[in-house]
Amino acid sequence: METQDILNFAFIGASFALYIGIAIWAKAGSTKEFYVAGGGVPPIANGMATAADWMSAASFISLAGIISFIGRDGAAYLMGWTGGYVMLAMLLAPYLRKFGKFTVPDFVGDRYYSSTARVIAVICTIIISFTYVAGQMRGVGIVFSRFLHVDINTGVMIGMAIVFVYAVLGGMKGITYTQVAQYCVLILAFTVPALFLSFQITGHVLPQTGLGADVEGGRSILATIDQLSLELGFQEYTAGSKTTLDMFFLTAALMCGTAGLPHVIVRFFTVPRVKDARVSAGWALMFIAILYTAVPGVAAFGKYNLIKTVNGPDKSGVAYTEMPEWFKNWENAGLIGWHDYNGDGKVQYAAGNAFAGKPAFDGENRTELGSRVVTNLTEGTFDASKQPFANEVYVDRDIMVLANPEIAKLPGWVVALVAAGAVAAALSTAAGLLLVISTAVSHDLMKKTINPNITDKQELLYARLAAVVAICVAGYFGINPPGFVAIVVALAFGLAASSFFPAIIMGIFSKRMNKEGAIAGMVVGIGSTMAYIIYFKFMGGTKDEMFMGISPEGFGTVGMILNFIVAFVVSSMTAPPPAEIQEIVEDIRIPRGAGDAHAH
Amino acid sequence: MSITQENATAYWKENLRIILSYLAIWFVVSYGCGILFIDELNAIPFFGFKLGFWFAQQGSIFVFCGLIVAYVISMNKLDEKYDVHE
Repeated sequence: METQDILNFAFIGASFALYIGIAIWAKAGSTKEFYVAGGGVPPIANGMATAADWMSAASFISLAGIISFIGRDGAAYLMGWTGGYVMLAMLLAPYLRKFGKFTVPDFVGDRYYSSTARVIAVICTIIISFTYVAGQMRGVGIVFSRFLHVDINTGVMIGMAIVFVYAVLGGMKGITYTQVAQYCVLILAFTVPALFLSFQITGHVLPQTGLGADVEGGRSILATIDQLSLELGFQEYTAGSKTTLDMFFLTAALMCGTAGLPHVIVRFFTVPRVKDARVSAGWALMFIAILYTAVPGVAAFGKYNLIKTVNGPDKSGVAYTEMPEWFKNWENAGLIGWHDYNGDGKVQYAAGNAFAGKPAFDGENRTELGSRVVTNLTEGTFDASKQPFANEVYVDRDIMVLANPEIAKLPGWVVALVAAGAVAAALSTAAGLLLVISTAVSHDLMKKTINPNITDKQELLYARLAAVVAICVAGYFGINPPGFVAIVVALAFGLAASSFFPAIIMGIFSKRMNKEGAIAGMVVGIGSTMAYIIYFKFMGGTKDEMFMGISPEGFGTVGMILNFIVAFVVSSMTAPPPAEIQEIVEDIRIPRGAGDAHAH
Repeated sequence: MSITQENATAYWKENLRIILSYLAIWFVVSYGCGILFIDELNAIPFFGFKLGFWFAQQGSIFVFCGLIVAYVISMNKLDEKYDVHE
């Protein structure tokens, strides 16, 4: 492990040096440079930066793991997180660029001529962005603790320090160019092991085609995994378990949430022309698609390797003492747990929960074989007609991508590259979110709501101060993670889909929409979505009580529909917006003249 | 701004038509092929995949990319036609 540690340090250290170098080169001098990089980022660079901004620790670390474990239903995430860009490109980006301000609350506040609407938008922005950022810091922590053998808390601190340097100094300009570099690191880190894995298992270099290839005895890899899954008591990998309606609503919530996320939208304020906003949405999606189309392959190959490695060639399990190094490393990191229910000394993987939830370890206590003692055991029973043995292992799905190269016995530098890529994915997203939070505070709250007389310099100071506070809060959540990170991420998408998305769409496509309608819609949309999520996630609502069987993650779509309905009903009963607002709407529909609009 | 009110209205109408036709394709490949009719399409083999599964996990993403490219080209042409480009 010695050389591996040196490689890990070298790769992560070199990437950090690169990011800081770029930050010093791209220091921001004005609020315009700080908020929107001076509005002069070329579309292809903006596309890469958007891709890095968007692809977080969730995309890099968790997505393949989710699909690996839930199979076909994981498509909701694949389609949801890419399809949103089609809507962004066609329904939002060009018009918001023409509108030409700095932030999403700017648009909501100006279009609906109301500081109430602006403040609601600021609150939504801050809630959405904080829930997101907490997860990123946690991702950094996991990578540091596993690959650099430092304490998770120290890892989070180092991550905070790095983001601090380039987000606070460089603002949007620094962040944009750092994200271009981070995109390159993270895409290499994802595709290189994916190519290796695909070639190793299927003989195809590309994971996109490898997923359709044949393995052992001329059966396709997907059919093989289906077969392996059935033998172990799981359902087929290519079969779904969610209802069609639930899939539909979940996908829609993720898509509209993507199109309504403030840190993604703000990226389209940074390009010079309306035309460039459309093009850069296209570049962004293509750069994202390179990773997203490789994910299903990585997920399937990972599942295949995992079953093969854990259950061994004779499919009866492998002795714990003979398990490879990675298994014990991840057990030490607390993300794998094992209990020998049948007492044969072998590790066996099958359907069913090995523990009640995540494994609760009994400190550093070890069994005779050397495995960690887990305290929250289950019955260890199983249905003998469906599977050959009880499940004895817990494998956290977040380790799938990180452990894949080790499971497949890839060279050490690939393992180090993956570690650097995961950190790049988490940091780039964290920086983008922190910028959105600081802008919301300094620009939308201080300048536009509380004290319009502050100078450009003072506003910039507030922006940097807000970024510092935001980084500290994010770091706090990274070190003391709420036990519900996955839940709050669902909340973030639901909120974005049920609040901003309809408000912006109606602001562009309906001249008649007035402030009363928009405010009522946003309040009803957010309110209903939050209430539903809180009831089912925190107050113990049961599956039978769910509205038409829609899971809380997908309820954002219902909230969005309610938002649209309420907004139209209320606005039809109240006075139309003033003539100058209707003129603004007509103006943002025509591309010409965006060049001078963004100068404040 | 040199563009007349009439032209602006006509431009907006054509713009909406373009968006709606691309979004129709977008809806069909993702919600249609990937969710609503996935079971029917899964009966069709496609290069080692079940077709519905392929659309849900890969095909739809390729189509999304193509759609944005086509949209950008259509819009650039439309901007030139109505002389509203920058």
